[in-house]
Amino acid sequence: MDMKRDYYEDVQLCTSGVVVFWLVALLIGLAAFPFLASSYTLYMANFLAINVIVVIGLNILVGYAGQVSLGHAGFFAIGAYGTVILMSEAQLPFFAALVLAALIAAAFGFLLGLPALRLEGPYLAIATLGFGLTITQIIGRIELFGGRQGLHTPDLIIGPWHLESDRDFYFLLIPITVLLAIAARNLTKTKIGRALIAIRDAEIAAETLGVNIMGYKTLAFAISAFYAGIGGGLFAFVLRFIEPEIFTLLMSIMFLAMVVVGGLGSIMGSITGACLLGWLDLQLRNILEIPYLGTWLEALSQEWFSITGVSNIQLIVFGTIMVLIMLFEPLGLFGFWIRAKKYWKTWPF
Amino acid sequence: MIDFIQMLINGVAVGSSYALLGIAMVIIYKTSEVPNFAQGEMALISTYVAYMLLEQYQFPSYMAFPLSLVFAVVLGCVLEFTVLRRAKAPSVLGMIIITIGLEMILMGLVSWKFGAEQKSMPFPISPYDSVMFGDFFVSTLEILTLVVALCAMIVLFLFFRYSRLGMAMKATQQNPVAARIMGIRTRRILMATWGISSLVGASAGLLISPVIMQPYMMWDPMLKGFAAAVMGGMTSLPGAVFGAYLLGIIENLFGGYISIEFKSVVAFVVIVLMLCIRPSGLFARHYVKKV
Repeated sequence: MDMKRDYYEDVQLCTSGVVVFWLVALLIGLAAFPFLASSYTLYMANFLAINVIVVIGLNILVGYAGQVSLGHAGFFAIGAYGTVILMSEAQLPFFAALVLAALIAAAFGFLLGLPALRLEGPYLAIATLGFGLTITQIIGRIELFGGRQGLHTPDLIIGPWHLESDRDFYFLLIPITVLLAIAARNLTKTKIGRALIAIRDAEIAAETLGVNIMGYKTLAFAISAFYAGIGGGLFAFVLRFIEPEIFTLLMSIMFLAMVVVGGLGSIMGSITGACLLGWLDLQLRNILEIPYLGTWLEALSQEWFSITGVSNIQLIVFGTIMVLIMLFEPLGLFGFWIRAKKYWKTWPF
Repeated sequence: MIDFIQMLINGVAVGSSYALLGIAMVIIYKTSEVPNFAQGEMALISTYVAYMLLEQYQFPSYMAFPLSLVFAVVLGCVLEFTVLRRAKAPSVLGMIIITIGLEMILMGLVSWKFGAEQKSMPFPISPYDSVMFGDFFVSTLEILTLVVALCAMIVLFLFFRYSRLGMAMKATQQNPVAARIMGIRTRRILMATWGISSLVGASAGLLISPVIMQPYMMWDPMLKGFAAAVMGGMTSLPGAVFGAYLLGIIENLFGGYISIEFKSVVAFVVIVLMLCIRPSGLFARHYVKKV
């Protein structure tokens, strides 16, 4: 079943009928979801969808091409501000503005990719980190971008469709997310993806086999920045208000954490990682309202810690998840899935 | 001219705390190739331990500060023993993620315990005392920081050059397998490295605390210290010190002459530009991968 006999079997998107079945089931579930869920749930779903987009893009860079980036909040900010400014100042329609802003982010990604060609490990980490910090500082100083006060997003009107509620945004976001996920899956299965994997695993060997290192590495940065830009543009409208303080280093770290928790080099892993950590992020904001656990934590805080800082448990939970995942399953949730699959394959023997 | 020299002096003063954190990161990176993002928060928690000893348990300051430094050493060793040592098949990315995770845990613990508001550290030296040298102001705290940084450099230099443990650390760094064959307990050496590094970082934290004391206080110095270490090549102690002072001076001159608003990010721009020209830092030989 696992043996591949020709090239087309290797590049096809769905490897078996089971995958097709679950994919269709998932799509139907996503389509039916807004008719069952409350407005707040849909708001959460929108956030998760944006996380998924950015994390898939980051995974192409980190998981497939093997380059570290601690600056994705910068691309995210470029996408968000670019879309809003292009719509309000240049009067572009939404999709044109979104794609153009994402392309600007991709251009920045390409530029950041150029010094990254010669850097690795901690050097690359500090260079990308510096980029992310600098971008948000610069955006915060430019008057056109609203400076420190931030910007309100304009009304979102696509053709005859005026998007107002979270449900409308859901219907906009989910098709984009699904499309981008499938595009990423296709990308990683074909020539570019194989080239990136080759660069990650053995750069010099890849180069001797004729892979254009410079082209593909900068391309990985550009694609990744493009995804982050799209995510940022959509994020601005879901939040309805953007300011430079949102796009912090912590945000870049969270994106990287989602990639790692989900599983490096796996699109499905990215989706689950982004959903899990994004969901935890939203849930832990009001941790004291969780039944039983909340009251226990309140008592614990009053006894040993302080009640004002209780929201910081979020940081502890995320940190613990990151450390434990790296210690016990470096491939993340995807690694657990592979292991479980292998275990059950020959069960009960 | 007086302004210029005053800015240089301020730059050197700021550079000293960057230098301490840079040194701390280099010590760990040298022996275990881990870029330790948790460095700042290890210092943070030690600083808050000192604060707790002074405020809640009414320890005199000559006991509280040494005790918090001891705590820092223990913390470093414990983190290495319980977390870093357990990592299987560590890659650079994996190590970055683990240390960032540790950083978030420590930061979360501190802000859970103490809240986000600014605290005032009962430090023996007030940050507002200053000394005049001719026309120039230097605060006593800055002088103390500079002295501590210089002492740390000298002691570390002597330690790596002459002590048995220091030699063992150098051997572990140069060739772990050969070091183990020679009977050096390399894992224990790594643990000691973390302890020493945590100690150096914590001294920086204590020296920063009179000026600013809240859970985010170590972010900026830690990143600048990291930038300085990268500038010096990540493996060279003098390189990190040089990078730290250079960054401190550039930052202050930039803030004084060009734009005060972008003062805090200019270091990163400098780093990115510098890395474009010398990808392995100023002081490290460029590492050429052999096939």
